[in-house]
Amino acid sequence: MSRQQEKIATRDAYGRALVELGARYPEIVVLDADLSRSTKTHEFAKAFPDRFFNMGIAEQNLMGTAAGFALAGKIPFASTFAVFATGRAFDQVRNTIAYPGLNVKIVATHAGITVGEDGASHQALEDIALMRALPNMTVIVPADATETARAVAAAAVHRGPVYIRLGRPAVPVLFGEDYKFRLGVATILREGRDAAICATGVMVAEALRAAEQLAAQGIEVAVANFHTIKPLDVETVVHLARKTGALVTAEEHTIYGGLGSAVAEVLGEHCPVPLVRVGIQDRFGESGSPAELMEAFGLTAPYIVRAAEIARWRRDRWAGRSC
Amino acid sequence: MAEAAPALLRELEAKARTLRVNLIRMLAEAGSGHPGGSLSAVEIVTALYFHVMRLKPLEPDWPDRDRFILSKGHAAPLLYAALAERGFFPPEELLTLRKLGSRLQGHPDLRKLPGVEASTGSLGQGLSIGLGIALAGKLDGRGYRVYVLLGDGECQEGQVWEAAMAAAHYRADNLTAILDYNGLQIDGPVAQVLSPLPFAEKWEAFGWAVREVDGHDFASLLDAFAWAAGVRGRPSLILARTVKGKGVSFMENRVDWHGTAPNREQAARALAELGAPSP
Repeated sequence: MSRQQEKIATRDAYGRALVELGARYPEIVVLDADLSRSTKTHEFAKAFPDRFFNMGIAEQNLMGTAAGFALAGKIPFASTFAVFATGRAFDQVRNTIAYPGLNVKIVATHAGITVGEDGASHQALEDIALMRALPNMTVIVPADATETARAVAAAAVHRGPVYIRLGRPAVPVLFGEDYKFRLGVATILREGRDAAICATGVMVAEALRAAEQLAAQGIEVAVANFHTIKPLDVETVVHLARKTGALVTAEEHTIYGGLGSAVAEVLGEHCPVPLVRVGIQDRFGESGSPAELMEAFGLTAPYIVRAAEIARWRRDRWAGRSC
Repeated sequence: MAEAAPALLRELEAKARTLRVNLIRMLAEAGSGHPGGSLSAVEIVTALYFHVMRLKPLEPDWPDRDRFILSKGHAAPLLYAALAERGFFPPEELLTLRKLGSRLQGHPDLRKLPGVEASTGSLGQGLSIGLGIALAGKLDGRGYRVYVLLGDGECQEGQVWEAAMAAAHYRADNLTAILDYNGLQIDGPVAQVLSPLPFAEKWEAFGWAVREVDGHDFASLLDAFAWAAGVRGRPSLILARTVKGKGVSFMENRVDWHGTAPNREQAARALAELGAPSP
């Protein structure tokens, strides 16, 4: 099912999905904050000019206006960069969208370290943590263009607030047209009994690469794609923990409050096994190319390989004290 | 300018008194809440709920209804008193204000109480919500109007001006903001804490049609609402000069009554002034 040569940015897939959904659902309106060429909502603006609202560089009003549209029966998609959507307008997202559970879809692009050269001010490394802490909010992090299209379509029909996290650069297309996306249900992409990697977003591709490298050493590692961070697929986490006894999480986000924390919470409550979290280690980002930054911040496949080895070593030291 | 009938004005004045009485009783029973900014806006809210807005209390989600957004969400007791009096829920429930399990939250929660159009309380956010509803109304060709009540201190929030800019840009002439200009906020006079003045000139510069009125005079208020409904091509602002704590002598223009509920004895005095028996 892999089309590994092809690379498409998830934001490009978002722009295309919006146009398709816009034709199907006349209630969809799209709002942006002067970044429509970057978030790709300009595709929707071209197709449905009456239903596109550029709110200018004013993210708080962007979120509040989106809430008003939802109150009047529309399905608003509010888009801007992830730092602004979740950080700058946090109180608006909290009080006017999440608290009343309004049907607003916040689709944020340029998340994570792979924003690249713009540096720390533009690299949202804590957006998952912020959105995950809000009751009523569903949090989705697609791994590739195919999954983005499915996630956006699922968000359009889901009733309630949704946060979708997208990136800037082109990333490998992992999934074919037959790919099935179910909100809240993680997918196991590779089986293995020696350890398991729970990955999300661009880290799914890195996790698959890491699993190949481990397989070459005779270590069979399972890889699961946690595209939905909230609600988290607790069953799959517990299943992988029971089966392998050694878990790794991989995310392009701070290790505090994101997928790593969510998995740790589940393990702590249901099935304590060693866990090693691959992610940003409590630092702000910096300027550089996306590839350089992935390496410099310890996010590439070799770091996941190392994390799996550590998790396995801890499991073996803990022998007899697993769940 | 059409003169309002004397009978209508008398009827509205009686309603205003009822709302004042009820909100004093609620606040005394709750032991907490915000009398000052609730009392200042009584005539504004009375005019809207008992004359200006088209509503169906038995069908609170009627799609063509006019909308009222209480951006200064701490004036919730006033909104609740108006909704109960208008028939959205039983008036007996007013005395549950701020109690555990009540639909009458300290600040309005749209999921709990019918007639509440937006969850508000964090200041500066109501005008944006009103703008979204107004733009949706235009897209759908519905004739409803959206009214947003703003506080004067609240205009220190940047989001108010973001929304003001966007509303003018999108020519939201079905949107009317009413500024409850009572001149006081928690830390003192608005002009001293951090002046957002002059209001009329600022809103006009942002592209709004502005009219200034005495916010306690029904004839002027009704006239201003009729004027606002006739403004074309831009949103309208009614700058309503009011008195914080209006109607209760010892609360009037006193900043201490922004967020302090009256005790039993104070409530009895207030109710006596309003010509109502003690609870």
